[in-house]
Amino acid sequence: MAVSEPENATAQAVRDRAAGFLVNRHRYRWAEALPWLAAIAIFFVFPERLTFGSQVLVMVLFALSLDLILGYAGIVTLGHAAFFGIGAYTVGLGAARYGWTEPISGLFAAAIMSALIGLISGWFLLRYRGLTLLMLTLATAILLQETGNLRSDISGGYDGLPGLTFQPLFGRFDYDLYGHTAYLYVLAVLAVVFYFVRRIVYSPFGQALTGIRENVRRMHAIGSPVHRRLVTVYTIAAGIAGVAGALFTQTNAYVTLTVFDFDNSAKVMVMLILGGTGRLYGAFLGAAVYMVMEDYFSKLSPTFWQFGIGLLLVLAVLFARRGVLGLFESAGQYLAKRKKP
Amino acid sequence: MTAALHVEGLNRSFGALHVTRDVDLTLERGARRALIGPNGAGKTTLVNLITGVLRPSSGSVRLNGDDITATSQAERARRGLARTFQINQLFRGLTVLENLCMTIGERDGECNNLWRAAGAKRSVIDEALDHLDSLRLVDDALKLVRELPYGRQRLVEIAIALAQRPRVLLLDEPAAGVPSSESHLILDVVAGLDPDIAVLIIEHDMDVVFRFAREITVLVQGAVFTHGTPDEIMRNEQVKAVYLGQDGHHGGGRHG
Repeated sequence: MAVSEPENATAQAVRDRAAGFLVNRHRYRWAEALPWLAAIAIFFVFPERLTFGSQVLVMVLFALSLDLILGYAGIVTLGHAAFFGIGAYTVGLGAARYGWTEPISGLFAAAIMSALIGLISGWFLLRYRGLTLLMLTLATAILLQETGNLRSDISGGYDGLPGLTFQPLFGRFDYDLYGHTAYLYVLAVLAVVFYFVRRIVYSPFGQALTGIRENVRRMHAIGSPVHRRLVTVYTIAAGIAGVAGALFTQTNAYVTLTVFDFDNSAKVMVMLILGGTGRLYGAFLGAAVYMVMEDYFSKLSPTFWQFGIGLLLVLAVLFARRGVLGLFESAGQYLAKRKKP
Repeated sequence: MTAALHVEGLNRSFGALHVTRDVDLTLERGARRALIGPNGAGKTTLVNLITGVLRPSSGSVRLNGDDITATSQAERARRGLARTFQINQLFRGLTVLENLCMTIGERDGECNNLWRAAGAKRSVIDEALDHLDSLRLVDDALKLVRELPYGRQRLVEIAIALAQRPRVLLLDEPAAGVPSSESHLILDVVAGLDPDIAVLIIEHDMDVVFRFAREITVLVQGAVFTHGTPDEIMRNEQVKAVYLGQDGHHGGGRHG
C-alpha cells in the first residue's frame, strides 16, 4: 500500500500516519456487516430453504477453520476433514451410545476432542512442510476413517448413526421440520466463533502466523518458536473444525464415516480458495458460491453436475487467482484508480 | 572478560565434502571483525553453523559464555545473536513497518498473545518507527517490502537485525546486490553501529573491509588461514596469493 507523502509533511505526521495504519487495522469496517445481513435476510426471504442454508453455514465455519491455518499460517493440509469427523462423531456417539443429547455441551465436547487430536497429530506432523505434510495430513484422516470402519459395531460404519435426536436448544427451542431453529443456531455459533477467529487473526500471534507464511526462515532468525506457533493454531483450527462437524451431525440428525472422506477435505479447500484465502470472509463467499452452484448444477443435470463445478474451478484458476474476494478487491482498486485523475 | 562469541573446533561435512575445518573464532564485546576468503571458502556455512541453521559435526559455540551448540536457531536469536542474510529473507508481502513490529513482537514475547489487537500496543509501533528513523526508512514504513528497490530492502534486513537488540551481529555481505551508488547508505549504517555490539561482517569489497574492521579473519577451504589486523593482513604475501590476487587455485601456503 503505497502512500505518497506531501513534501511539507513533518516527520511526526509521517510517523503518526504509519502508526495509524497498524492501530486502526483491526477496527470493524461497514462492509463486514454484509455477510451477516445476507445470512439474516436469507432467513426471511427463503424460509423453505433453511435446511440447505444451515448446511452452507456449517461449511462456512469449516472453511473458516481452514483459513486460519491455510490462509494465515500457510499450512497446506488435505486432511482437515479428520477434525470435522472427530467433532461429528463426538456428538454422534455421545447421543447414540451415551444419551448425551444436550446440543451446546456437545459442541464443547466436540471442540475439545478434535482440538486434542489436532494437538497430538500437529505436534508430530508440523515439523514437515509442503508435499510431505500434505501426504501426512491425508493419511491422518484416512487412519481415523479406517479406525471407525474397523469398529463399525461402535461407529455404525458407512451406514452411520441414523436417527439421532438432540434435546431442544436451552431446553426450549425444538428443531422444526423447516430448520428455522437449526439455521439460527448454526448462525449464532458461527458468529461467536468468527469473533474469536477475528481476534486471533489481528492479534500479535496472528501476525506471527502471517510471518511464518511469508518467510519461515526469517521467523526462525528473529527467534520465533515456529513449531509451537503452528501447533497452537493447528489445535485451535482443529477445535473449530470439530464444532463444524458437531453442528453437521446435530442439524442432520445422522452421521456416517463419509465425513472423514478425502472428498470432504478437498471440498473445503476448494471452497476457501474459491472465496479467497487469508481474508476470513473468503470462507463465507467460497462456501456459499460452491454449495449454491453444486445445488443448482445437480438439479439442472443430475448426471453431469460435476462438469459445472469443474468449469467453475477452471474459470476461478484462470481469472480469479486470489478468489472471488480477490476479484472484488482488484475491481475496487481499478475503480479507485479511474476515479482519481 | 567473557567473549561475546566463542567458536571452538568447529567442523562440518556434507558427505565427503569437508566445508568447515577446525574453526576457532572469538569475538570480544564490541568487536569489529571481518571474515574474508575466496568464493566457496565456507563463510556462509560458518555463519549458518554459528546461528544454528546448521548443526556442526563437532565443536562448540558459546554466546556470552553459555554453550549454545545444541540450542535451536530461535533460542540463539532470543539470546541476542542476530544475523542478516546474503540474499534477503524478508516478509515481502507485508509492509516495512510490519516487518519491524513482527521482530519486536517476537523479541518481547508479545506474539504469544492471541487476544489483544496487534496495533493496540503503541510502544511496539513507536520502537519500530524509531528503528526505521535511524536508518531513514520512515517514509517507506507503509510500503510493501517487495515494492522497495533492492538497496532499501537490504536496509530493512539490517533494521530487523538491529530491532532484535543483538549482542552479537553477523552481517553476511550486507551490500551484496546493491548498486554502488547506494551501497554507501548501507556502509554508513554498518560504520555507525552501537559500539557495544560485537559485529562479524562477511564482505568482498576490500575498501569496506579495511575501513570497517579492526581485525580480519581469512577463511580458505573451510579453515582459518590466518587472522590479524588489517595492516598485517594487507602485508601478508600468502593472503595476497590465495585471496587478494584471486588466485585460489594453487592453494599455496595452506599453513599460513
